[in-house]
Amino acid sequence: MPTIIFIEPDGTEKQVGARVGQTVMEAAVQNGVKGIDADCGGSCSCATCHGYVDEAWQEKLEPADSMELDMLDFAYQRSEGSRLTCQIVVGEEMDGLMIRLPVSQA
Amino acid sequence: MLGCRHEITLIGEEPDLPYHRPPLSKKYVTSLTEAEGLYLKPKQLYESEHIELRLGCRIKSLNRLEKSVTLDDGATLPYDSLALATGATARRLPASIGGDATNVYTLRTLADARALRDEFAEGRRLLVIGGGYIGLETAAVARSLGMQVTLIEQAERILKRVASAETASYFRALHLQNGVVIREGVGLDGLELLAGRAVRARLDDGSQMDIDVVVAGIGVNPATELAERAGLAVVNGIVVDACGRTSDPSIYASGDCASFPYRGLHIRLESIQNAVDMADVVARSMLGEETRYLPTPWFWSDQYTTKLQIAGLHHGYNRVAVREAPRAGLSVWYFDDDRFLAVDAINDPKAFMTAKRWLMAGFNPGFDALADPSVELSAIPEFVLTPKNTTQEI
Repeated sequence: MPTIIFIEPDGTEKQVGARVGQTVMEAAVQNGVKGIDADCGGSCSCATCHGYVDEAWQEKLEPADSMELDMLDFAYQRSEGSRLTCQIVVGEEMDGLMIRLPVSQA
Repeated sequence: MLGCRHEITLIGEEPDLPYHRPPLSKKYVTSLTEAEGLYLKPKQLYESEHIELRLGCRIKSLNRLEKSVTLDDGATLPYDSLALATGATARRLPASIGGDATNVYTLRTLADARALRDEFAEGRRLLVIGGGYIGLETAAVARSLGMQVTLIEQAERILKRVASAETASYFRALHLQNGVVIREGVGLDGLELLAGRAVRARLDDGSQMDIDVVVAGIGVNPATELAERAGLAVVNGIVVDACGRTSDPSIYASGDCASFPYRGLHIRLESIQNAVDMADVVARSMLGEETRYLPTPWFWSDQYTTKLQIAGLHHGYNRVAVREAPRAGLSVWYFDDDRFLAVDAINDPKAFMTAKRWLMAGFNPGFDALADPSVELSAIPEFVLTPKNTTQEI
């Protein structure tokens, strides 16, 4: 079970055991991580599960597809590591993945 | 979270923890997703926030004079303030035409979706009744499982109530490409039953077809029975003011069941946006914070690999501007004369997000700018705000 490290908007670090095959968003929501709304339940429709992938991990993840990139264009304070966490499927190799959450999802 | 210090009890008729409904008609039936993946919050969060869950429970009576509710297990719970978030129930086909057959389904609850998972299998023949979003999404899911799918729509075209002819054409073509038989302007006369299951459908054009499963996507009714019996004002939903308060100042209503003031009318919305945003307003109102509900409605639908995102409400439109988008996408912009109302964005998240922002900001792009394909969306605010037909003074 890979461990994902979330940094909540207030700086609190939360380590979460994620299941392979679920999404990073689901791992966060099911473990009560603050800072993710995920209004649409994970269908890349609302852009409220925005998170910043730590620099060390950006190259290792499958890149975002064009629909996700278009949604991200409108995310609050988009930056280099911005992803919609509902579009990252947890793999065995993601142990230690670090995601910072923005202060707002709108 | 608003830091409420009061005791909170959540009473729900369904046995599951509160969950996301939209995926039920989309990926849930085909994926191996466990119900856990649909839960809005984990169980331990209700515990840590001191929210008492009473699931699988119905309220038998709402006693406004003594401010209490009586549950079907006999317990009576007092309240200081009460929120009704009873949602809506799927309309069923009348029993007189075979609607009570055991293989006739609606798709509204997790229990419905679980039952469909057992019925949906390659090669089986599905009849979908109703060409709205639930019907079309169900048809797409069934096709992706290799079922034989026929969809009938009583009105002259699919999506009649919810979208323009342009949007409907796009989705008709999409479903035809994917092997769905769509029959518009055709209603159901009746189902023939054998051992309690519907085996044959008689359609009102005189034709008949053999079937294995039926899904009726024919709309919902707001769940207002409890409110009505308690004597609250109900007109197509539980009537509330801008703060979400019903005709009883201690009782609020939120979500699909609530009819709220919107641009001089009272309307009901059936969507996640409404469920989430109105709940926020109602929770604040219940804690004494004066908040008004001024939504920017949005919706989405996933069919095959196509995504439709809708911002705004198209009611009252008299013309549309259509723009092409990448990924075989399209955006349909609804106007009442020159007033921008809504967009249907198909595989076009830029159009959706742009329109949502414009609506939230009260910005009207005007018909001409949208109808001109040479004007980029991102350039439209500037285009509109720059006076036309002016020549630079020398």
